[in-house]
Amino acid sequence: MENQFNFALALPEITLSILATLILLVDVFIPSKNRSLTYMLSLGALVIVTLVSMYQWNAGVAGHTFYGHYVTDPLAHLMKVASYLAVMVTLIYSRQYVIDRGMVKGGELYSLTLFALVGQMVMISASSMLTIYLGLELMSLALYALVAVRRDSLVAVESAMKYFVLGSLASGFMLYGISMVYGATGHIDLAGVAGAVKAGNVSYMAMTLGTVFVVCGLAFKLGAVPFHMWLPDVYMGAPTAITLTIGAAPKLAALAITLRFLIEGLHGLADSWQQMLMILAVLSLAIGNLTAIMQTNFKRMLAYSTISHVGFVLLGLMSGVNADGSLAIGAYGSALFYMLTYVLTTLASFGIILLLSRQGFECEEISDLKGLNRRSPLMAFGVLVLMFSLAGIPPLVGFYAKLVVLQAAIAAGHLYLAIVAILFSLIGAYYYLRVVKVMYFDEPAADAPVIGNQLTFRSGVMSVNGLVIILLGILPGGLMTLCVQVIDASLKF
Amino acid sequence: MGEMTTTIPWLSLSIFVPIVAGILVLIFGRDDRADYTRKMALVGAIVSFLVTLPIYFGFDSSTANMQFVENVSWIAAFNSAYHLGVDGISIWFVLLTAFITIIVVLAGWEVITTRVAQYMAAFLILSGLMVGVFVALDGLLFYVFFEATLIPMYIIIGVWGGPNRVYAAFKFFLYTLLGSLLTLIAFIYLYTVTGTFDIATWQATQLGYTPQLLIFIALFAAFAVKVPMWPVHTWLPDAHVEAPTGGSIVLAAIMLKLGAYGFLRFSLPIAPDASQSLSGIMIALSLIAVIYIGLVAIVQDDMKKLVAYSSVAHMGFVTLGFFMFNITGLEGAVMQMISHGFVSGAMFLCIGLLYDRVHSRQISDYGGVVNVMPKFVTFFVLFSMANAGLPATSGFIGEFLVILGAVEYNFWIGLLTATALLWGASYSLWMVKRVAYGEIKHDHVREMKDINCREFLILGLLAIFVLYMGIHPKPFTDVMHVSLQQLLEHVAISKL
Repeated sequence: MENQFNFALALPEITLSILATLILLVDVFIPSKNRSLTYMLSLGALVIVTLVSMYQWNAGVAGHTFYGHYVTDPLAHLMKVASYLAVMVTLIYSRQYVIDRGMVKGGELYSLTLFALVGQMVMISASSMLTIYLGLELMSLALYALVAVRRDSLVAVESAMKYFVLGSLASGFMLYGISMVYGATGHIDLAGVAGAVKAGNVSYMAMTLGTVFVVCGLAFKLGAVPFHMWLPDVYMGAPTAITLTIGAAPKLAALAITLRFLIEGLHGLADSWQQMLMILAVLSLAIGNLTAIMQTNFKRMLAYSTISHVGFVLLGLMSGVNADGSLAIGAYGSALFYMLTYVLTTLASFGIILLLSRQGFECEEISDLKGLNRRSPLMAFGVLVLMFSLAGIPPLVGFYAKLVVLQAAIAAGHLYLAIVAILFSLIGAYYYLRVVKVMYFDEPAADAPVIGNQLTFRSGVMSVNGLVIILLGILPGGLMTLCVQVIDASLKF
Repeated sequence: MGEMTTTIPWLSLSIFVPIVAGILVLIFGRDDRADYTRKMALVGAIVSFLVTLPIYFGFDSSTANMQFVENVSWIAAFNSAYHLGVDGISIWFVLLTAFITIIVVLAGWEVITTRVAQYMAAFLILSGLMVGVFVALDGLLFYVFFEATLIPMYIIIGVWGGPNRVYAAFKFFLYTLLGSLLTLIAFIYLYTVTGTFDIATWQATQLGYTPQLLIFIALFAAFAVKVPMWPVHTWLPDAHVEAPTGGSIVLAAIMLKLGAYGFLRFSLPIAPDASQSLSGIMIALSLIAVIYIGLVAIVQDDMKKLVAYSSVAHMGFVTLGFFMFNITGLEGAVMQMISHGFVSGAMFLCIGLLYDRVHSRQISDYGGVVNVMPKFVTFFVLFSMANAGLPATSGFIGEFLVILGAVEYNFWIGLLTATALLWGASYSLWMVKRVAYGEIKHDHVREMKDINCREFLILGLLAIFVLYMGIHPKPFTDVMHVSLQQLLEHVAISKL
């Protein structure tokens, strides 16, 4: 075997770990007002790793290292770059919010976010079950602490507790599943597991049981029904800035480990886990959409909408093997496309909530958006674009996401599932439309202030975010092709 | 089937000039300078209409081929192209859409005083999207335009509509979305079978009977709701009654045609065998629309509701003409679509003018209007006559041809269809009698002012078209004849 300690492959992780640690140190010794130095340095660190990953991607750096525990491939590059951008945008959107609420008296917000990102990167590049778990825990621990970063908020602390207890339970499930798979195959790296499954000399019973536990753990991290209970409470309870941190980039990492684990490692057992994913997908679509209708809290509604979107992602993931047993890479590409565009839309949705929240006022209820069109036409138009995109109405990017997934499902012979998904997304359209209704059709409350269209850095970023959603709606072809290409170039079957 | 390309992308211009104009109005239009905003919108609408004229004058009516074709790869992963073209059928709707948009902008001139820029922008953008529906030759592109029209219409009904506007807007959106989502499934299925979204390829693909049947039903879900056919028409009266005048005009004049056009472009050519075997049901549904809804229209107290129901009845003629599979009926149906665009638009406009003055749509609140608004009533009577299908108006041509086609198909069906003239005359003339004639019963009627120059201009423009089409329909039928003939020949060949 070639050099098993090729550190160059893990350059982004190493760089970010060092930079994050340095930022932590700088923060201790140079405490600036509102940690503006820490904030700038964090953004700088993110720009640096983005450049590193872009360079690696461009140069075609790929391969396994650390005895097969770690992999760098186009899929990893794409998802990492997307995660960096997501975290960067998160920090920019939440800057004013965290200052107003005294969440940056210490610099831990930024360090924890960066360490969570390192965890996500490790998850994205994991090619053994051990690395997956390592990355998962690194990310999760940082996120648990982030939810509790507002110590004076009872709700936030409560949701942190919930998140931690349920998250640990899910990690336990996953670890148990991993141990079974390891016991049955004798391999800890995914390539070895896949090889053993293909060779056929493993206990089917142990493998299936292990897969069940693994899928449970993954479903928890993705937020699929019936492992979704934590999601609405945490989304609503956490300070909105943190909700954005949890709701965006970590979803990408969760999808990455799902792709690696199920498709790279356990593809031989696709028959078993596809059925599990089918149940999870249908339940997520049903519960997510139906429950979202009843919500009056905007964040909670978006949480349930997340659950329904996860249903669509799972629908894509379970369509990778056609009825005749042949492979359809496009299905995995469609799940990836769906998740990327979903993260893009989520960033903007929570971003708008952050923009609308002011000192001493949380924009949380849907009714807080009343008459927004009167108060700020631009912002209202932004939310309109997001809602119609989430509802899957063309010409916005959400439509193409649904299109690729439905196409994959129909091509794999799941016509009825596609119809079920369509019907539930019709129900979903109702609650997105309701938000538009509140903004456009209702009169603003008497005490609601007019919001000026002042041009700040974050509103500029927000506009770019919105424009990307529209542009991808007009020309989605490039990203679609890219998604299929990276899956094709990265996953081995 | 050959295609004729073009050097100047007139079709793209027809789509994007109004959209860009709408965006500009949205950005630069200010509500505190509403007059300036209105003029900007009017210029946008007129330019949008002007760019469609070269399509009409450059059109070669001797061929059924697609003309002014533009074809650029759009989404490679789906083998989907930005593929546009017009034939003798769709060209009329491109022109109609652009023309009606001018009318709508003028109709909202003094009436709309809140959020003027958004109002005008919504209509301009909607206009571009609807042109896109008519000229798209790629299934995915068609679908994107088809569904995108929901967004501006939802806003138009919900923001500038009547008291019950929220309910109407939701009903409109969700009702039509349900239908179009099922169509999406059918489109994806067709893509999976053929590997492309190209409509011409879909039309040429052989399909078994069961797939044809399922595709027909899925497409029916979208197009029948949009037309709307009985019994899925219930969203229309609500939407019409609550929508502002401009919204009603666009709904009746163009949006309903999107569904009918869908039948011609998709259902009939892609699933000919299913269309033939289900034609009995379709004819039955159309006859119910013509007769039953005609009767329903008679008893309405609300003028807008009355015209809305009469729209459903008139669109019943259209679908009836489609499913008899003879050239007379088909030509009549398309003529009826064009004529209905002018006539129903004009009717809603007339009601809007009355509403602006009295703020009531109840027939009983009027009476004797002719005494105070003679000019208006002249137009009102003309359009009502056209609505009833009086000879020498555009309404007559379409209905007459469809009835002829029906008689050719089956005498008894023809007879039933012909009764529609009776219902049409009943509801139209009775409404005119109660609104325009008789004695003035209400004081507010006595204070009504006759139409001003702007209103005269709009009604006059519409009247010219209604009369021209009624007296000299040949230019219209000539352009569409070859395309419809070719469609009929295509449908006659079984795909099994």
